[in-house]
Amino acid sequence: MQIDYREVGLKCGIEIHQMLDTRTKLFCSCPTSLRKDEADFEFVRWLRPTRSEMGEMDPAALFEYKKGVHYRYEVFEKNVCLVEMDEEPPHELNKEALELTLMFALMVNANPVDEIHVMRKIVIDGSNTTGFQRTALIALGGAVNVGGKIVPIQTICLEEDAARKVESREKAREVVYRLDRLGIPLIEIATAPVIETPREAEKVAYRIGQLLRALGRVKRGLGTIRQDLNISIKNGAKIEIKGVQELELIPKIVEYEVLRQLNLLKIKDELRKRGIRPEDIKEEFIDVTNILRETKSRIAQKTLRRGGVALALKLPGFTGLVGKEIQPGRRLGTEFADRARYWAEVGGIFHSDELPGYGISKKEVDEIRSCLKCREIDAFVLVFESEEKARQALHAVVERAREALNGVPEETRGANPDGTTRFLRPRPGKARMYPETDIRPVRVTRELLEKLRENLPELPEQKLEKFIKKYKLSEELAKKIIDSIYVYTFENIVENIDINPTLVASTLTNTLVNLRREGIPISALTESIFHDLFQKIAKGEVAKEAIPDILSYIALHKVRSVEDAIGKLGLGKLDINELEKIVDEILKENIEYIREKGERAFGKIMGILMSKVRGRVDGSIAAQLLKKKLASFS
Amino acid sequence: MCMFESGYSDDVVKMLRNVGAKVFDKLRVKHVSGSVIEGVLLPRPEVGDPRVLVLKLDNGYNIGVSVDSIIEIKVLEHHTPAPLVEVRLPEGIENLPLVYFVGTGGTIASRIDYKTGAVYPFFSAEEIYSMVPELEEIAFIRAETLFSIFSEDMTPKHWSKIAEHVAKVFEKEKPRGIIIAHGTDTMGYTAAALAFALRRLPGPVILVGAQRSSDRPSSDAALNVIAATLTAIKAPFAESVVTMHGETGDTAVLVHRGVKVRKMHTSRRDAFRSVNDIPLAKIMFPERKIRIINDAYIPRSDDGVILENRFDEKVALIKFYPGMSSEIIDYIVDKGFHGIVLEGTGLGHVATSLIPSVRRAIEEGVPVVMTSQCLWGRINMNVYRTGVELLKAGVIPGEDMLPETAYVKLCWALGRTRSLEEVKRIMLSNIAYEINPRSENRFYPPVIGEDACR
Repeated sequence: MQIDYREVGLKCGIEIHQMLDTRTKLFCSCPTSLRKDEADFEFVRWLRPTRSEMGEMDPAALFEYKKGVHYRYEVFEKNVCLVEMDEEPPHELNKEALELTLMFALMVNANPVDEIHVMRKIVIDGSNTTGFQRTALIALGGAVNVGGKIVPIQTICLEEDAARKVESREKAREVVYRLDRLGIPLIEIATAPVIETPREAEKVAYRIGQLLRALGRVKRGLGTIRQDLNISIKNGAKIEIKGVQELELIPKIVEYEVLRQLNLLKIKDELRKRGIRPEDIKEEFIDVTNILRETKSRIAQKTLRRGGVALALKLPGFTGLVGKEIQPGRRLGTEFADRARYWAEVGGIFHSDELPGYGISKKEVDEIRSCLKCREIDAFVLVFESEEKARQALHAVVERAREALNGVPEETRGANPDGTTRFLRPRPGKARMYPETDIRPVRVTRELLEKLRENLPELPEQKLEKFIKKYKLSEELAKKIIDSIYVYTFENIVENIDINPTLVASTLTNTLVNLRREGIPISALTESIFHDLFQKIAKGEVAKEAIPDILSYIALHKVRSVEDAIGKLGLGKLDINELEKIVDEILKENIEYIREKGERAFGKIMGILMSKVRGRVDGSIAAQLLKKKLASFS
Repeated sequence: MCMFESGYSDDVVKMLRNVGAKVFDKLRVKHVSGSVIEGVLLPRPEVGDPRVLVLKLDNGYNIGVSVDSIIEIKVLEHHTPAPLVEVRLPEGIENLPLVYFVGTGGTIASRIDYKTGAVYPFFSAEEIYSMVPELEEIAFIRAETLFSIFSEDMTPKHWSKIAEHVAKVFEKEKPRGIIIAHGTDTMGYTAAALAFALRRLPGPVILVGAQRSSDRPSSDAALNVIAATLTAIKAPFAESVVTMHGETGDTAVLVHRGVKVRKMHTSRRDAFRSVNDIPLAKIMFPERKIRIINDAYIPRSDDGVILENRFDEKVALIKFYPGMSSEIIDYIVDKGFHGIVLEGTGLGHVATSLIPSVRRAIEEGVPVVMTSQCLWGRINMNVYRTGVELLKAGVIPGEDMLPETAYVKLCWALGRTRSLEEVKRIMLSNIAYEINPRSENRFYPPVIGEDACR
């Protein structure tokens, strides 16, 4: 379906969370690296919903708590201290992270606040051991220019990242988190909801990401930048979509969300046309276990054997609509099931638009319909579960079905890998925030801002121009190196060593990509390795042809210096006498062939020669010498 | 809240008055940077620049706006306080065992005003139930506040008052146990004081607190309170105890003997450790099972509470350090103090240069008790010459008592008698299991060894 996004009134805002690559975490002195190995120890905690002065509790939070959900935290001694364990008050706000955030604010012309107050934002899904996330508003306003369109920025915040969820053990009501990520600084940038097309959303996210990368000290790689989208259309609702990790997925998510909202609006219209009112959807759950005693459905058999029941709910006027696809592969029925699972964790839930099927026969369906007194136009939902859970599940379905009469319910949704979204939780009320009294407010002085302003990084477009003009890179290569994590390595090298910048740029992009594809652990290559290597090339101590071999040797064998690698590889540069000796030997061995072919023998002989001297001599010098020698033969 | 209490500097208060702005009013502020900021004016926290207004924005964030950067302030809305929601006692709890809560400070129950960030402590049975709903199935709770002070402001006078109150409540209300909410810093001292001041109790006196305040979802308060309540009802012992987390996680709470417990960490939930003893009981969560792990305890008694709650306030607890001058001891004696507890080195030593001053103190009728800054282990002053000299001077060896417990005990002993002989007799007799005649191997915590290094 072609959607005219202006016509449907798409409004989209983006919230970008970028992990910073600071030396330490935001509120303690732990490193900001992530671990892949086994944790050193673990501990278990419960989080309790706190009550506000009004005596209110967050219903979603209370629900989780009542379910008895608890959290198992995995700890690495070297990456986690008592601060992340919520066993020690936070230290002062990390100055490096603050300065980076302020620099970003200045880059986009935002207004830093005069004094920063760290807040506690209540989050009790266990992802923060404290039950709140520490966050501070650093600047207001500002804008980014995306292809001529001015996209205003609403807020720039600095916050601590949450713990990494490792596993959700539903049966044990346990969620497992690792604490290595908890406390790593994140910059959060929220744009105004002015984005009007899916493609534009991607471009805005890309541009902000590019500006963040210009700061230099940001983390790279999957999971280090996360986007949340809020999307609404005319007559729809504001939907928040959490945790989009890939830029390329953004347009699809926006498109599918618009599609979902349009289809939900169509369903609403159809239901209204059919004259359905909210009170027609009654909370009457009929036990149809007897009808399904002999059913072939596996899940039904299993549930009934365990003493569960089959409970059915009539949905008046919903026939054909429950099964209506609202996003690729997802139907209104899927939304019902999402909700039912959230509130009751049911396994078997079916709707009449997909039945008969899944082992449930036409006869059984007919009997259920007559038992529920369904008219042609009425649908039903069927749940197999223990009675209590089944009731909770159907209660959730009733609620969602009633919402269908109003179109799009406000929700927080999660992105699926295919660009569709699933229900995560009801949209939380206003953020519950209160001051982090353990941390002093930080005054942002004019002097500090001036100092930072003088040290702002070049904008990506300024860099591009410089790389093309000054370093004579092709536009393609210049763009590649600007987007790469090695951009600062590149600049350092070409500013300090007299070497062809194209060689450096192409090594740091193309060559490294090739090596990584071959499985070489290129992350072992440090800036000083590159520096030494290009110095040696510049001095003529090693030939540029040897670059891939040297780098992969260093990465694979963890040798510390380029010198060692060259030694181990036997790549010491040949002087002209040595080269001549090798050439003479090859000529002698191939004397017959050369006599036969004359100067046309060059190609093959050059191949043999290079296989012996690659990396130890510049190819053009070898070719020159060989040509001269061959000429002397004829 | 009046403006002069708002924490802002005088000229800021004046300026706010001029525009008719009060704390908690919603303001619109024009900033020199060009931004227009709307938010609720909050009182100034004690820290930071009193010339910076703190505003809470609609999105929940607080920010500071320097008065010097403000072009214009407009009041958008005056503040009308929202009514507090009353909480009610749950129904059908009267038949559960009675547990009595006494508040002395700290926040076991509190509510947060998310609009202002203020935390309001509440201490009533209703609030305790609503904070810890699990208690509805466990106990019939009654609660009252005796006083509300920081634990570091606690004095022997307060110990006296608490002891007196506990005796009265046991007699009148006949609860299964009494729970005392207390700040953690000096909880160990109060626990020891109550152990001496109250004997022959019908139920335990349980001190409970929190290392993470109850306004946060991760607070340890609720679990500690549940454990304390279970202890009050189920424990066979009737001692003064401290009930606090036994580990960083939420799966075990320990019941420590009041005279043997010490806060050993500045911030951890499991900061409290039994020293030279093992805890009396362990409560497992989520099962809420209580397991008695120490069979030496004082059982419940129905013979009537013995209350001896006089504490002498002129007692000093002094830590010896290399280079310490004897003048410090002389000063204390000259100032008319009635007793001294020394926290000596090792087996119970101070520099030989201090011995004459110690001798003089005792000669003037000031008892001197020796404890060790090692904390673990027992005083033995027969091994080295300095110890022998100190013993000869009349120093009372404090056995394996904690310095703090010895201090409290000396306050209590001097509250009963000023006779040196009698004080010595009291200090050396075991009144509430404060002296452990046997030093068991397991009392001493394991070292961080190979298995901790990775």
